[in-house]
Amino acid sequence: MSRRFTPKVVTANRLREGDVVYLAADDRWTPHHHEAELIEDEAHAQLRLLHAASQRLEVVGAYLADAKAGANGPEPTHFREAFRTRGPSNYFHGKQADLTSPRA
Amino acid sequence: MYSYSDFDEAFVRARVAQFTHQVERRLDGSLTEDEFRPLRLMNGLYLQLHAYMLRVAIPYGTLSPRQMRQLAYIADTWDKGYGHFTTRQNIQFNWPKLPDVPAILSALADVEMHAIQTSGNTVRNVTADHFAGAAADEIEDPRPYAELLRQWSTDHPEFQFLPRKFKIAITGAPHDRAVTKAHDIGLRMVKNAAGETGFEVIVGGGLGRTPMIGMTVRDFLPVEDLLPYVEAVLSVYNTLGRRDNKYKARIKITLHETGKEEITRLVEERFAELRPLFGGNDQKLLADIREAFAPPAFGNAPTDAFDAFYKADPAFRAWADTNLAAHRNDQYAIVTISTKAHGATPGDATSDQMRLIADLAEAHGHGDIRISHEQNVILPHVHKSDLPAIHAQLLKAGLATANVGLVSDIIACPGMDYCALATARSIPIAQEIATHFDAVKLEHEIGPLKIKISGCINACGHHHVGHIGILGLDRAGVENYQITLGGDGSEDAVIGEKTGPGFAYDEIVPAIDRILRAYLDLRASPEETFLMAYRRVGMEPFKTALYGAEGSRNAA
Ligand code: HEM
Ligand code: SF4
Repeated sequence: MSRRFTPKVVTANRLREGDVVYLAADDRWTPHHHEAELIEDEAHAQLRLLHAASQRLEVVGAYLADAKAGANGPEPTHFREAFRTRGPSNYFHGKQADLTSPRA
Repeated sequence: MYSYSDFDEAFVRARVAQFTHQVERRLDGSLTEDEFRPLRLMNGLYLQLHAYMLRVAIPYGTLSPRQMRQLAYIADTWDKGYGHFTTRQNIQFNWPKLPDVPAILSALADVEMHAIQTSGNTVRNVTADHFAGAAADEIEDPRPYAELLRQWSTDHPEFQFLPRKFKIAITGAPHDRAVTKAHDIGLRMVKNAAGETGFEVIVGGGLGRTPMIGMTVRDFLPVEDLLPYVEAVLSVYNTLGRRDNKYKARIKITLHETGKEEITRLVEERFAELRPLFGGNDQKLLADIREAFAPPAFGNAPTDAFDAFYKADPAFRAWADTNLAAHRNDQYAIVTISTKAHGATPGDATSDQMRLIADLAEAHGHGDIRISHEQNVILPHVHKSDLPAIHAQLLKAGLATANVGLVSDIIACPGMDYCALATARSIPIAQEIATHFDAVKLEHEIGPLKIKISGCINACGHHHVGHIGILGLDRAGVENYQITLGGDGSEDAVIGEKTGPGFAYDEIVPAIDRILRAYLDLRASPEETFLMAYRRVGMEPFKTALYGAEGSRNAA
């Protein structure tokens, strides 16, 4: 059954606001995908996911999402995750508006 | 319009208080997410892709101006200044924050609204013909029955944990504007040989991954038998429904697996048991409800202003031709306000637009507003002499698009721009199709057409019953769109047929363009609509238009 492990980030939604966040290497929850910890080892990924799941007052629905290394840090590999870094395409709402990201 | 009784009021307030407490306990950690999730869903609160989403019921699509203003107030105070009207006559707020939700629910309760049973495996919002009580072709206003069903189903102890969600739609007119055949129970008012009104009861329709057209289990159900009969259907389903497999849990599967004969026998048997238990209180209640839905006091005035404007102003004429429908009183018209301005998000209204609609309904519409399952807003009772004034005001607010029933009047589910279940986006596809056909000026030439788009197989956007249906999928990590043709959500309901392989995101608008140009070439006359032409010539010419002569053979 074992498929080769591909790099991941831990992502979730904030409990109070519902917005998308990523787990950074220093345990912060960051709204920026490129600040997430890129996890290349499967066992470590499981540990980080457990850590995320224990943050019950902070985030909801933590999971591992595929990612790859980019020039500025991790980048999503699937379009769903790419949309989650931005917000909806019909309005300038969500992260694209809330964050003044230099990479936007 | 129906007003809450003291019981309704106390019930809804108690629910708000209860949920307020549950939110507090989630935020202070006394409830885990696993414990909290079912509680929030019982109150219409989802967690979506970028934010929470609150789904508020608009029973049978009917709203008062006061309620509409309150929705605008909620949008301004706790959301981003707009709301999204859905195919199930709900409104969804896309950006509430968890700690604010109790305040929103309380603001809803102030105007006799709530989010109860807008999620979960219960009887959902009962939907109705959006022209109810106004349409020229109507036998009887179906909304009193819808309200009776709403009261009976809300918090019904036996039906809070059904195998799956349960949707009931009702229409009082022979022309079906409520898609009754794609619901778990569809109720169509009919007259029997003796001239009495009753219901044709259709069971087991549904969209989703296994779309099915419902089957008639009773040709004529006397109106007095409505509650015991519906209860009988639900109780049989509650017993037989497949709880072992979520995808097989809808009544359509039960009906299919058990067989119509057997289900009908079980329902009739259960009905015979239940009938005597309904001692007549439901009929007393119904009589009171009926009074609340008495038609407004129609005025009597000349309609010359309408005729003059119609002759003189081409923009008004175009709008009148597409956006008005026949009222039972011929001095009156039913106005559909399109939320589908070319390039807009289907179903969205800003708080300013909501307030304008409320003002117009008060000034010219006997205080009545409807939300259609096609995601438009309706003023059901407008005297024709008021139409020029209404049109002028709508024009200023960007609400006068003359496209109801045309290529840009698209139903689109939220898709991957909002929905956590989506496999592709829907909204930008709808926006681009509308913008394209506006730019090439073919919209009015093409004529009546229903395009419906869903962002996953759940089919919230009704794509199976679109004349042209578009289903967004994920094909190896990229958005891909499958086209179906020939679907129909009317009284002649049909599930559309797949054309063949899907199209990439940037190929879908050209593909729709090819289909519609093929239609313009092959139609027998301008009166032959796309659907009629499709029924006459079948899939082949459209396949050729989509895939070329070679591809068409391969795709077959
Ligand atoms: C964004 C949040 C939404 C979620 C999570 C959601 C979820 C679902 C799911 C899971 C189903 C399939 C149920 C089944 O077959 O048992 C479904 C079907 C459906 N939903 Fe939604 N939906 C959402 C929004 C909407 C909207 C905005 C509309 C109206 C525009 C809508 C109307 C419908 C309809 C009409 C169906 C199919 C009819 C049927 O039940 O057979 N939903 N939805
Ligand atoms: S059809 Fe799918 S993507 Fe669209 S709203 Fe329904 S569940 Fe979401």
